[in-house]
Amino acid sequence: MPVDLSSPADYALVMLPEIVLSAWAMFILLLDVFQKGSRSEPSSSSMPWLTLGGVVLAVIANAWIAGLQETGPAGMIAVDGFRIFVNFVFLLAAGMFVLISTRYIDEENLRLGELYVLILFATVGMMVFAGARDLMVMFIGLELMSLPIYVLTGINRRDRRGAEGALKYFLLGAFSSAFFLFGIALAYGGAGSTNLQEIALAIGVDGIGASTLLVVATALLAVGFGFKVAAVPFHMWTPDAYEGAPAPVTAFMAAGIKAAAFAGFIRVFFTAFPDLYGTWDAIAIWLAIITMASANLIALVQGNVKRMLAYSSIAHAGYLLVALAAASVLGAASFLFYSVTYTLMTMGAFGVMMVVAQRGEERLDLDAYSGLAWRRPLLGVVMTIFLLSLAGFPFTGGFIGKVFILRAAVERGLVLLAVVLVMASLISYFYYLRVAWYMWFREPDERTSDPPALAPGMMVALVFAAVGVVLLGVLPGALLELAERSAAGMLQIPAGLTRFVP
Amino acid sequence: MLESYVPILILLGVTLANAVGMVVLSHLVSPFRPTPAKLEPYESGMTPLGDTRERFSVKFYMVAILFIVFDLETIFLLSWGVVMRSLGWQGFIAALIFIVVLTVGMIYEWKKGALEWE
Repeated sequence: MPVDLSSPADYALVMLPEIVLSAWAMFILLLDVFQKGSRSEPSSSSMPWLTLGGVVLAVIANAWIAGLQETGPAGMIAVDGFRIFVNFVFLLAAGMFVLISTRYIDEENLRLGELYVLILFATVGMMVFAGARDLMVMFIGLELMSLPIYVLTGINRRDRRGAEGALKYFLLGAFSSAFFLFGIALAYGGAGSTNLQEIALAIGVDGIGASTLLVVATALLAVGFGFKVAAVPFHMWTPDAYEGAPAPVTAFMAAGIKAAAFAGFIRVFFTAFPDLYGTWDAIAIWLAIITMASANLIALVQGNVKRMLAYSSIAHAGYLLVALAAASVLGAASFLFYSVTYTLMTMGAFGVMMVVAQRGEERLDLDAYSGLAWRRPLLGVVMTIFLLSLAGFPFTGGFIGKVFILRAAVERGLVLLAVVLVMASLISYFYYLRVAWYMWFREPDERTSDPPALAPGMMVALVFAAVGVVLLGVLPGALLELAERSAAGMLQIPAGLTRFVP
Repeated sequence: MLESYVPILILLGVTLANAVGMVVLSHLVSPFRPTPAKLEPYESGMTPLGDTRERFSVKFYMVAILFIVFDLETIFLLSWGVVMRSLGWQGFIAALIFIVVLTVGMIYEWKKGALEWE
C-alpha cells in the first residue's frame, strides 16, 4: 500500500504501532483507576496480561506497516526496514519485562497499574526515537522514553537506593537532553533543516562540508547519545541507576533503552552525517575503545551481580559503538542482529538474578550462586547459556553478533578497534564465567537458601530467551539476512525527496 | 536604513525614562515611615530567613504540576483557536486528539484524588 507523508492522514497509517500502543496504554490507565474500589488497593492481577495484549497488538500493527511503500517526499518518520526491525526489538523487551516481572511486583508490593502504563509509554517513546527522520521528532521520542524510565527507576518508594538512582538518572538525563538539543540547534544552523536526509543533502550537494557548526553539532549530538547508551565518559549515572532501580526495570533499561539510543545514534550519524565521517569517526572510535576497556576492567572487581551486569551492559555499549564506527550497511546490520541477542541474553540474565536475589533483592552477592546449578538445574543451565552468550562463546548468539561486528569493523579498516574488541571480550570471560563457576563448582554455604519455584511467566521467558540465544548462535542465517536487508533500507534516500530551501 | 529603527530607539528611551522616573520620584515624593514588617523583602509573604530544609506538603507540587498542564493547554488552544478556520478539518482533528489525551490525563488525576485538597 503506497503512503505519501505529505498528507497528514497517512501519518496515522505509518505510525500505527505507536498509535495502537499509546491508545492501549491510556485505556489500561483508565481501566486501572476505575477498577480499584479504594485508592490504596493494589491493581487487578489482570494488568500484566492486558499489557501483554497491547504489546501483541502493536507487534501485529508493526508487521502490517512492513507492507507500506513510501512514495512522497521524506516525512518526519521513517518507513523502512530498520525502524520496523528495531520496533520488534523494543516490543520484545516490553513483552519480556511483563513476563519476568509478575512475581517480583507481587513480592515488592509494587502492584501499580501505572508501572505497566509507563512501560508502554516508554516503549512508544523508543519507537518514535528510533524511527524519527527529523531531529525534533527524535527529541520528543527521547523525552517520551526517558521520563517514564526516570519514574520507574524510583517507583519503589520504600527503597532508598531507588530514590538515589532515580534522582541521579534524572539530573544527568536532563543534562544530556540539553546537549542533544543544542546539537540539534547547531545542526539546523549549519544545514538549514532538522530533517536528517535534508541535512545529508545540504552537506553533500551544497558543499557545506565540515563547517565548524556542523562539526560541533555532531560532537554535541554524540554527547547526548553517549549519555543514553552509557558510553564511558558519560556512564556515571549507570551503575547507580541500574542498581537502584527495581530489577525488572533495570533489565528493561539495559535492553530496551540502550537499543533505542543506539538505533537513534546510528540513524542520525549514518543518514544525516555520512559525508562528515572523517570528522566523527574519531569520536566513535575513542568512545568505543574507552568504553570497552574501562567497563570490562571495572566489572572484573564487582562482587555484586546486579552491579556486574550493569557494567556488563556498559561494556556491550562499547561493542555496539564499534558497529557505529564502521559506518556501513554491515555496521548497522550487525547492530540490529546484536540488539536482538543482547535483549534476549540481558533480560534472561537479569531474570535469573531476580529469582536468586529473592524478596527485597537481598542476595545479590556471588555467594548466593554457590551450587545453584545442582540444586536448580533449569536456572543453572539457562544462566550458563546467557553468561556464555554475554561473553561471546561460540554457538551462542553473542558470538555470532560479535563476529558480525568484527567483520564490519575490519571491512572499514578499523583493525585496532577489532583487536581491542577481542581483548575486551577475553577479559569479560573472567567475570562472566566466575558466576558460572560459582553455580557449578562451589559448595553452598549455610546462608544460602534455595530460591522459590519459578513463576510460569518467568519460566516461559527464561526458556524462550535461552532457546533464542542458542538458535541465533547455531542458525543465524535468516536473521542475519533480514538484518542486512533492513539496514540497507535505512540508507536509501526516498525518491521524492526535494530539498527545502529556506 | 537605520532611520527605520528610530521609533524603537524612542520607545527604549521613553521606557527607560519612565522606569527610572517612577523609582526616583517615589523615593523623593512619597512619605517614608518604616516599621519592621515593612522592611521585610516580602511584606505579606513568608519569612525569608530560616531553615531551607523545611518540608512542604506534596500537595503544593501536585497543584503546581496541574497548573502547568492546564496553563500550557490554554496557550496551545488559544493559538489554535485564532487560526482554526484556516487550518480546517486537519487542524480540528489534531486539536481534538490533543484534548482527548489531556482529558484522559485529567480523568486519571481526578480518580487518583489529585484534585482534592484533603
